[in-house]
Amino acid sequence: MIEIEKVYKSFGKLEVLKGIDLTVNKGEVVSIIGGSGSGKSTLLTCINGLEPIQSGRIRIDQTEVHARSTDLNKLRRKIGIVFQQFNAFPHLSVLDNVTLALRKVLGMSRREAEEIAVKQLEHVGLGDKLKVYPSRLSGGQQQRMAIARALAMSPKYMLFDEVTSALDPLLVGEVLDTLKMLAEEGMTMICVTHEMGFARDVSKRVAFFHQGVMAEIAPPDQLFGAPQHPETQKFLSKVR
Amino acid sequence: MFDFSYRFQWAQAMRHLPRMLEGALVTLEIAILSLVVGIAIAVLLAVARDSKYIWLRAPATAWVEVARNTPALFQIYMAHFGLGSFGIYLSPYTALLAGIAFNNAGYLAETFRGALRAIPETQTRAGRSLGMGQAQTFRLIVMPQMFRVAFLPTTNQMVWAILMTSLGVTVGMATDLTGIVQNLNARTFRTFELFAIAAVLYYLIAKTVMLGAQLIAWRLFRY
Repeated sequence: MIEIEKVYKSFGKLEVLKGIDLTVNKGEVVSIIGGSGSGKSTLLTCINGLEPIQSGRIRIDQTEVHARSTDLNKLRRKIGIVFQQFNAFPHLSVLDNVTLALRKVLGMSRREAEEIAVKQLEHVGLGDKLKVYPSRLSGGQQQRMAIARALAMSPKYMLFDEVTSALDPLLVGEVLDTLKMLAEEGMTMICVTHEMGFARDVSKRVAFFHQGVMAEIAPPDQLFGAPQHPETQKFLSKVR
Repeated sequence: MFDFSYRFQWAQAMRHLPRMLEGALVTLEIAILSLVVGIAIAVLLAVARDSKYIWLRAPATAWVEVARNTPALFQIYMAHFGLGSFGIYLSPYTALLAGIAFNNAGYLAETFRGALRAIPETQTRAGRSLGMGQAQTFRLIVMPQMFRVAFLPTTNQMVWAILMTSLGVTVGMATDLTGIVQNLNARTFRTFELFAIAAVLYYLIAKTVMLGAQLIAWRLFRY
């Protein structure tokens, strides 16, 4: 369970998150929508402790992320994150991209790691690209590789940060299909997204962020069908 | 006016070639060692220069400033004669190696620092998100990419390191190429011939090191 309580976050004088409360249960898929600069992506990087917070707290399975005593490296094994810019490691082959953390963080042998990596890469449809370097992959393939890399660590939670925003429209579908597959398998996910159709189909709840505040959260039918908050209404009328 | 009466004695000078080749090996050895040590220190300096801690940043900056803005000759002199004032006596070989490594580290630190800037911060974030520690992420993800970006400018310093070894003669280095040629010259006065042959040998040493570097690069940077 991910519990976010009254989280405030600022970069210098700029307040990005102004008191976010959100609980995500096991097996739940929550999508976050909203305009640029509304704090959606920042929230994800706070959840896995890449960014410190000013106040409030985030707990993952009872472990407080920003407590001094928390071993973040250990905690992050539980939380996979995939970024908008795929962040493939360009100097490593597709296979090595996936095995690196398995070997260096989980201490697996090369053989064990490769077995898992091959399985994950086949799962996202990259079984024939193992020896290739990321520069030879399309954007969609790189993003699927990044997903396989995160999944190989067997995380309990997955965070997706606008994973289709940097993709050619033709390639968006293949990545969204991968996400849908994961959701169907029961992965607990928080997806920051601009894909309204995806948010509607896959999420159990959809949150709308506006200027660092969670203006509204509701099941997709309700949020898209009958938005309550005036800002949600305004946003949705624009994106449709 | 020019005097064309000088008789070149190439055959006589060439008789000394085996001795000169021995010297060339010593030169090559010092150059390679000074590069290995210099590169290792340069990586640390490059990181320290951008550290948020002043106690790391200040000494690293001082090193780079001194190494880049004083003559290499002084640096080697200091290593041999200067350190003697503190009771540290380095042999000509060690002093030469230390002086050039010091110089290499200073220049390469800036080359590496520039290369580090070229690697997106998101690479580090991706590594950390996978549960890797800060040092691990640097070593496994950032550093390999840094070396690739820095490769071409680093080859400049490689050549420079080889040529700088000739300064060893000023601290009494007698076994490297310049040291040996200097001695031969004092005995035979075949200055032009000896130094011309030595120049060709320096050229060949530089080419050898370049070739080695390119082979390593070809093996390492396949992407």
